[in-house]
Amino acid sequence: MNMMSAPRRRLVVVGNGMAAMRTVSELLSRAPQRYDITVFGAEPHPNYDRIALSSVLAGEKSLEQIVINPLAWYAENGIRLIAGDPVVAIDRAARTVTSAAGHVAPYDKLLIATGSRPLVPPLPGLRLPGVCTFRDIADVEAMIAAAETQRRAVVIGGGLLGLEAAWGLKRRGMGVAVVHLMPTLMERQLDEAAGQMLQRALDERGIAFFTNGQTEEILGTDRAEGVRLADGREVPADLVVVAIGIRPNIDLARAADLEVNRGIVVGDDMATTADADIHAVGECIEHRGQVFGLVAPIWEQAKACAAQLAGDATAAYVTPPLSTRLKITGIDVFSAGALSAASEEDEEVVLQDRKRGTYRKLVLRDDRLVGAVLYGEVADGPWYFRLMREGTDIGAIRGRLIMGEAACGLTAADPKAALAALPDSAEICGCNGVCKGRITGAIADLKLTTLDAVRAHTKASASCGSCTPQVEALLAMTAGVAAPTGPKPMCKCTTHGHDAVRRAILEQDLRTIPQVMQRLGWRSSNGCHSCRPALNYYLLCAWPGEYVDDAQSRFVNERMHANIQKDGTYSVVPRMWGGLTNPRELRAIADVADKYAVREVKVTGGQRIDLFGVKREDLPAVWRELNAAGMVSGHAYAKGLRTVKTCVGSTWCRFGTQDSTGMGVKLEKMTWGSWHPHKVKLAVSGCPRNCAEATIKDFGVVAVDSGWELSVGGNGGIHVRATEFLCKVTSEEEVLEHCGAFLQLYREEAHYLERTAPWVARVGIDHVRQRVAEDHEGRRALHERFLYAQRFAQVDPWAEQAGSDAFKTLVPAE
Amino acid sequence: METTLTWTPVARLADIPRLGSRVVATAGGDVALFRCADDSVFALDDRCPHKGGPLSQGIVHGYAVTCPLHNWVIDLASGEAQAPDSGCVNRRPVRLEGDRILLALPA
Ligand code: SRM
Ligand SMILES: Cc1cc2nc3c(=O)[nH]c(=O)nc-3n(C[C@H](O)[C@H](O)[C@H](O)COP(=O)(O)OP(=O)(O)OC[C@H]3O[C@@H](n4cnc5c(N)ncnc54)[C@H](O)[C@@H]3O)c2cc1C
Ligand code: SF4
Ligand code: FES
Repeated sequence: MNMMSAPRRRLVVVGNGMAAMRTVSELLSRAPQRYDITVFGAEPHPNYDRIALSSVLAGEKSLEQIVINPLAWYAENGIRLIAGDPVVAIDRAARTVTSAAGHVAPYDKLLIATGSRPLVPPLPGLRLPGVCTFRDIADVEAMIAAAETQRRAVVIGGGLLGLEAAWGLKRRGMGVAVVHLMPTLMERQLDEAAGQMLQRALDERGIAFFTNGQTEEILGTDRAEGVRLADGREVPADLVVVAIGIRPNIDLARAADLEVNRGIVVGDDMATTADADIHAVGECIEHRGQVFGLVAPIWEQAKACAAQLAGDATAAYVTPPLSTRLKITGIDVFSAGALSAASEEDEEVVLQDRKRGTYRKLVLRDDRLVGAVLYGEVADGPWYFRLMREGTDIGAIRGRLIMGEAACGLTAADPKAALAALPDSAEICGCNGVCKGRITGAIADLKLTTLDAVRAHTKASASCGSCTPQVEALLAMTAGVAAPTGPKPMCKCTTHGHDAVRRAILEQDLRTIPQVMQRLGWRSSNGCHSCRPALNYYLLCAWPGEYVDDAQSRFVNERMHANIQKDGTYSVVPRMWGGLTNPRELRAIADVADKYAVREVKVTGGQRIDLFGVKREDLPAVWRELNAAGMVSGHAYAKGLRTVKTCVGSTWCRFGTQDSTGMGVKLEKMTWGSWHPHKVKLAVSGCPRNCAEATIKDFGVVAVDSGWELSVGGNGGIHVRATEFLCKVTSEEEVLEHCGAFLQLYREEAHYLERTAPWVARVGIDHVRQRVAEDHEGRRALHERFLYAQRFAQVDPWAEQAGSDAFKTLVPAE
Repeated sequence: METTLTWTPVARLADIPRLGSRVVATAGGDVALFRCADDSVFALDDRCPHKGGPLSQGIVHGYAVTCPLHNWVIDLASGEAQAPDSGCVNRRPVRLEGDRILLALPA
């Protein structure tokens, strides 16, 4: 036997959650060879980010995206994972654990990390179908399923968890009411004023509140039908979510005769007081009388525990100060430390701006900051938190402290300089407890160049995403010198690339241009002519039916719904569906041309008629007359659907195999009005002679005897590019579905001002084929999203704008 | 000969959207009124120093407007084109009185 390699010891882990796997990861990085590790997890999943369940419920992340340690990670590290099989007994004398399925695993060291269970009050009706809690993937799946078929939900509990559940269900289209026992929301993290502002904001978003509401009964006989409160009020609902709190999961430990109180009692070394070979971490423990419900302290526990398991007997856990953020995207709340003055000596400083909806309160004690509550504007939160943690003497800046970091002049107002000035120990990612030094170290050592790589290696910005701008800035600063690659910024107003901005809009639920600029640290106060139209489009695409288009962020043509000409006049192009027209339309066009002295009438390359030289003030009248003859805007000016060219096809042509004109009209009826990153042109030819030039269009259709050949990404412009083959289909319905799905994919993925040709070249035709041709369900979903957006986009701007005074010229008053 | 300028009301602040512009037809040609994010108002001749593009139809950002024809960026306060372009557009005296916008026009 080789004397050098001591036999490995056996570590058994009960619980496959956030605390357990963080401890194991830390242990592997300290002492990779020390243990043979076996992990039991009650849930049938690899370790995932429980925090991000809120984002999954709100539809912002998928379940795949929140996995922290994929199955391959366990295999690579030689960890035996037994998932979906809870441990039911610990035999301390025999040093074994037994699982429900009968696995017996012997251990030298045991780690218990069983987390907590949702607290459920003993209410009548609790067992009815339609009642659930909010703790794990199964709960989220149940809620998502309910949201698809049911209409109304009631959430019991107005704390962090309850509000995030309520918001997620609201985002999924349910009517949502929250019943809360206390007079104000999140009373443990927020003071009354901030709690009320929060309630008002959520109220505006359509969530109903029943505060001072004690739930007495869940109503219903076969399934939940609502709740009844102690004061007699009844709230009808098809889904009842109980989210009133958590209770450490200690049953197993208690049965094994370990010392338990509220939680499993552990010392500073994270070992249970009753048995030095059994450690415990996470929400299941009690340390110096305290139990836990946030990950920040748990990461510290994991570190101390891993060090102990690795043989460092001096490692000790100290509870860090805690801060909270609410993950309801678009509503910013931060709190840390004391919520209000505890004694005469304490001083509260409050700053409230009702108009802007912001509020901040600081609690000061002997020239130290001991508490902060921020609502609406939370960028200073981490700074206040740092002052609290480090016990900084704030005497010199006491008067300005409430105004925030920039006003105190401690660091430059420039957020990048502020970030550069931070010490390496400053925490950047609160969710995963990652400090600045760890991020910059990983970027430098591992030569990371993308946000995703930083997320993968450090977990920074991998959970709630609110620190993404800082992580990106650190990436730019650290990798900027060594590797100036990485995505190109959108424009000089920002360091973010198009993809990062599009992702942030969805992940952080950004709803307006100012919000995007504020949250992502725009350098200019209101952008420029290149980022504003892009942001306007991204928001329009992300929030169909909700985002209110910002006319001032549109290029003139799209604002005026006409193409500006070199002399400041405009051209007007009415839509001619699939290139078809008729005498009535032609007559109306002729009349308009006469009446408004149109200087030139031309047939365009897009199979329709262009009227040149129309004066701005005349536009509404010209449109009104064309509207009256049944014509609508041709969007010849739009980063949107332009034309659908067709040939005569089988109706007249001796070679035509299908009704290409009819197909073109159907495509145009489905796609007109849609906004895109750039202009989009379609064409349908009736046979491979291809008279409609379908193979240089964004989406081209060529009819053949047996169906329709679809191809994409063509361009007849500056760089001619032929389309690439997508697939062949047999029915008109399939043509429409593939077209809608392709356009939606383009809408969701391309950068603003990138036509389909460069986009397809960039992402690769295989990607497009996979998403549109091969993934049938994915295609249907894309198509449905396209049609959904069209419900709001198919409004004729001419009819809508005809009364607007944007076209008028003002005259001086007398 | 001397011309007298008089402060003449031409619009209400509310007539112009924030980060937007409207045109006033005056005897001396079209004047573009701009309203910035902080409600400050500027007035320039509605002719780009480049090729005469209507500045009133451009995108307003900060204290600048981008001409709709070839993207020159014009500083609203000075009327100067931003480098690398060069040129200057005539500024018009403008004043805000309550919510009324007044231009100094020849009486
Ligand atoms: C009117 C028309 C020419 C004509 O008299 O036939 C035309 C006119 C303009 N084209 Fe075009 N294009 C017209 C068909 C085309 C075609 C042919 C087609 O669609 O089948 C092409 C090549 C096909 C393609 O797009 O792939 C075409 C490729 C371009 C390009 C180059 C695009 C590219 O990706 O490289 C531009 C520049 C741009 O969009 O940035 C452009 C831009 C323009 C603009 C908008 C230039 C501008 O910014 O002022 C012109 C203004 C038109 C106006 O004021 O009404 N136009 N343009 C055609 C209008 C079609 C319609 O009914 O809507
Ligand atoms: C929706 C939601 C949002 C949250 N948001 C935040 C936030 O924004 N910020 C924050 O700091 N914290 C947040 N939290 C809290 C955070 O997720 C927890 O603090 C953290 O997950 C606790 O880690 P843990 O390992 O102790 O418990 P868990 O992550 O729950 O892991 C325990 C695991 O052990 C398993 N288990 C239990 N008993 C057994 C058994 N007998 N055998 C085998 N396995 C067993 C459980 O199934 C579970 O998978 C949130 C929690 C939820 C539910
Ligand atoms: S492409 Fe075919 S169907 Fe179309 S006009 Fe030419 S020959 Fe006829
Ligand atoms: S006319 Fe204004 S930029 Fe050319």
